[in-house]
Amino acid sequence: MEYVIIVIAALLVNNVVLTQFLGICPFLGVSGKINTSVGMGAAVIFVMSLANLVTYLIQRYLLIPLHIEFMQTISFILIIAFLVQVVEIILKKVNPALYQALGIYLPLITTNCAVLGVTLLAVKNNFNLLESVVYGASMAAGFTLALILMAGIREQLDLMNVPKAMKGFPVSLLLAGLLAMAFWGFSGIV
Amino acid sequence: MSKLSYFTNGLLKENPTFVMVLGTCPTLAVTTSAFNGIGMGLATTFVLTSSNLLISLLRNLIPDKVRIPSFIVIIATFVTIVDLVMKAFLPDLYQALGIFIPLIVVNCIIMGRAEAFAQKNTPLPAILDGLGMGTGFTVALTLLASIREILGNGSIFNVRLVSESASTILIFILAPGAFITYGYMVALVNIIKKKLSL
Repeated sequence: MEYVIIVIAALLVNNVVLTQFLGICPFLGVSGKINTSVGMGAAVIFVMSLANLVTYLIQRYLLIPLHIEFMQTISFILIIAFLVQVVEIILKKVNPALYQALGIYLPLITTNCAVLGVTLLAVKNNFNLLESVVYGASMAAGFTLALILMAGIREQLDLMNVPKAMKGFPVSLLLAGLLAMAFWGFSGIV
Repeated sequence: MSKLSYFTNGLLKENPTFVMVLGTCPTLAVTTSAFNGIGMGLATTFVLTSSNLLISLLRNLIPDKVRIPSFIVIIATFVTIVDLVMKAFLPDLYQALGIFIPLIVVNCIIMGRAEAFAQKNTPLPAILDGLGMGTGFTVALTLLASIREILGNGSIFNVRLVSESASTILIFILAPGAFITYGYMVALVNIIKKKLSL
């Protein structure tokens, strides 16, 4: 039951993009087409789950016993950068087809503040190992959901007549605002 | 290019928030009140200026291949300093900004200036560039936060403008209001830039 609550809370109620404001850059940058959004989403789900697993172990067995919690920011960001590299290398060898599909999105994830943000939030929430991983995966799934919704709307938007000053970034922000309003409706279910 | 233009570049022409549209996450997340906006802006300015200076000083020592990890370590070091100082001296602001303090590490403005400017320039222009970009970011955040605080809470810098019982447009301090206010501000800056033909 606890896990169901974690999943619903992370996916809808505290959606990482639309209520927590994490990962806005890829959200606005990559959400042009549905296909690319799915690719990016898959890569983020994979890396975020893995990052939460590893950062949990580092926090629990390295930073806390040694009383060097202030090294959290530096160690977490380096771990994420390292993980992305490792995933890229392994995927290239083991599953070239998937690597081809995710290719360009993998390096972008290092600078996705959602990954670092979610690992920090997991530590803040005092989750255990399994909860951390579930939390990471569902936050990433929430990111994917928002990305795909946005891409669907933006594909339609290309056909519309948008005022010149509003073209591109401003109109995307207004759309995100409307989506955030819709997601606001989920607050209070858990 | 005169020395001053390194500084003024970040204010309007290449304003990181409204023109380059970088560092959007903190821009949307912490601008619920003018104090939070200015606090975040100043913290980022400190990190940006310090990392610009250090990267500029070390630019001939850091091998090209490992420059990104080196930049990350340098930036993360200054972020940790801000984190600890703010926790000690400004606990209320530290609480309000939450995880967005450690997240200054992944603010693309800082990495962007390190890569595009600091590693190619001498220390003085690097400092001026950091200060200019930081000021542009701080002004933008404060502006955005003030609008949201006035509309959503009926106050500015915690000074009440309307009576306690008056109803305000609450949505402006909630998540949707952040996106909408920011969207209109970028559109407005687009128009201003065009009028001034910058």
